[in-house]
Amino acid sequence: MPDKIPSDSVGLVTPQTHHFDQPLNLVSGAVIQEYDLAYETYGKLNHAKSNAILICHALSSNHHVAGYNTPDDKKPGWWENFIGPGKPIDTNKFYVVGSNNLGGCFGSTGPSSINPASGKPFGPDFPIVTVKDWVQSQARLSDVLGIKQWAAVIGGSLGGMQVLQWSIDYPDRLRHAITIAAAAKLTAQNIGFNEVARQAIVTDTDFHKGRFYDHNTEPSRGLRIARMLGHITYLSDDSMREKFGRQLRDERIDFGYEVEFEIESYLRYQADSFVGKFDANTYLLMTKALDYFDPASDYDNDLTKAVSHAKADFLVVSFTSDWRFAPSRAREIVKALHDNDLNVSYAEIKATHGHDAFLMKIPHYMEIFGAYMERVASEL
Amino acid sequence: MSINNQLNRPDLALIADWIKPGSHVLDLGCGDGALLANLQKQKNVTGYGLEINDDYIAKCIRSGVNVIHVNLNEGLSDFDKNAFDYVILSMTLQAMRRPDLLLEEMLRVGTEGIVTFPNFGHWNARMQLTFKGRMPVTRCLPEQWYDTPNIHLCTIRDFEDLCKKMGFKILQRQAVDQVHRTSLGLRLFPNLLGKIVLYRFRRV
Repeated sequence: MPDKIPSDSVGLVTPQTHHFDQPLNLVSGAVIQEYDLAYETYGKLNHAKSNAILICHALSSNHHVAGYNTPDDKKPGWWENFIGPGKPIDTNKFYVVGSNNLGGCFGSTGPSSINPASGKPFGPDFPIVTVKDWVQSQARLSDVLGIKQWAAVIGGSLGGMQVLQWSIDYPDRLRHAITIAAAAKLTAQNIGFNEVARQAIVTDTDFHKGRFYDHNTEPSRGLRIARMLGHITYLSDDSMREKFGRQLRDERIDFGYEVEFEIESYLRYQADSFVGKFDANTYLLMTKALDYFDPASDYDNDLTKAVSHAKADFLVVSFTSDWRFAPSRAREIVKALHDNDLNVSYAEIKATHGHDAFLMKIPHYMEIFGAYMERVASEL
Repeated sequence: MSINNQLNRPDLALIADWIKPGSHVLDLGCGDGALLANLQKQKNVTGYGLEINDDYIAKCIRSGVNVIHVNLNEGLSDFDKNAFDYVILSMTLQAMRRPDLLLEEMLRVGTEGIVTFPNFGHWNARMQLTFKGRMPVTRCLPEQWYDTPNIHLCTIRDFEDLCKKMGFKILQRQAVDQVHRTSLGLRLFPNLLGKIVLYRFRRV
């Protein structure tokens, strides 16, 4: 944590956990008998309980969206740029909830949690959950928090997919839906990247068919490669050129296989800081949830039909250099929404940062997001 | 009170007068969304504005207008046939790469089109070309020939010829001066005296 907490930060926050003992029926047919969901909240729920905002997270993030968990934390939550007093998601006006997805590894029940039936970690016995299952579990968390209707449900990337699913499955439970750098389904190319990441993990000799916990190890080599691959796809060619170019670490070529180029150093650093913090089985599960997401598949592959019962007002945002979730994918969502005469605004933000842009403080993005949130606040 | 008083741009006020209450409207190049905001409030109109400028998009959102980032030169392919009662294009036709294709698109997605543009047949433009031998620079068309976004200028006659060729029926026309008033002179000699012209049209 910085010496002094900035006045526009939510400051120190304590994560909470709720235990659910009602079984959760999953799309796959499997059932999770009981589970925990970890979450954080910022700001105050108003008397009418009308100012609540749910933040859905992306592949590798979690419920720690803003602020600091301990005074020793070096970094704040992953969306600190956007949440806090006076920020686009203004905690002086809104009560903000971030929850860790089921199957995660940051406090919600997942593959690394202890299976009460065996006394050992679930590992591969933890069922694959889908975006629809997450949304169902989040709806139960809403009930626990006494929130009948969210002022807005907001998410980027995989988080944006959850937002779309919310609007389809619980049309009366949200007034606004904000999807950022998201898509209504993955392309074959995208699924391909996920498969390479999964293969890196499952072919690691330390994977032990997902039961690596029992061997006191983890498939760190596979997880590292998966993360490195992911990072390449989250950046754009331009942003990599800008950030690293062909810069060498030691200003000369060594004719060897150690780190020479800055980009190699960056990717290895990202990989190292991921291992030990993220569970390999969760990574597999999250990428599968991404691949399976396709709400239109239940409606004759017609997205317009899929969102025909949605009632929320939408803001859809994409970034020009995001090739993993390209603007053309976002426009498919926008089209389905205006086909149904729903209120929707769409902004395509000029940015060189690639998919990661949704985390960045880009002036036009901040302004458009802020303007929309003011609209949400004005209706409270 | 007339709704015209609340719109700063008089051509928008004139358009607003032409729109029936409760209509579904698509506003191409909607700018800061003033027209749609006004129509939503005064005439219970629904719809979307299309805009390419980021600054305007934030302004539209602030004023409660649905705005969609679109490059109009790429057409309206995301919109279905006959989805709107009116498709509006105000002071933008002359900046399009292919005005004819956009007009065609307008009447594909909408029942009626409303277009406004600066009339290049206005006497001032004619005088500048005739006597100075230079491309006209006027209050409506302030840029020089080399940096102007207005690449497809036309006169009232030109536009009406195109409508005929494309099978459009002009339902309403209004030529106005720079303060958007009309007069007997303007009605008699629109192509000479009209600075800005407004059309409402549909397929024959």
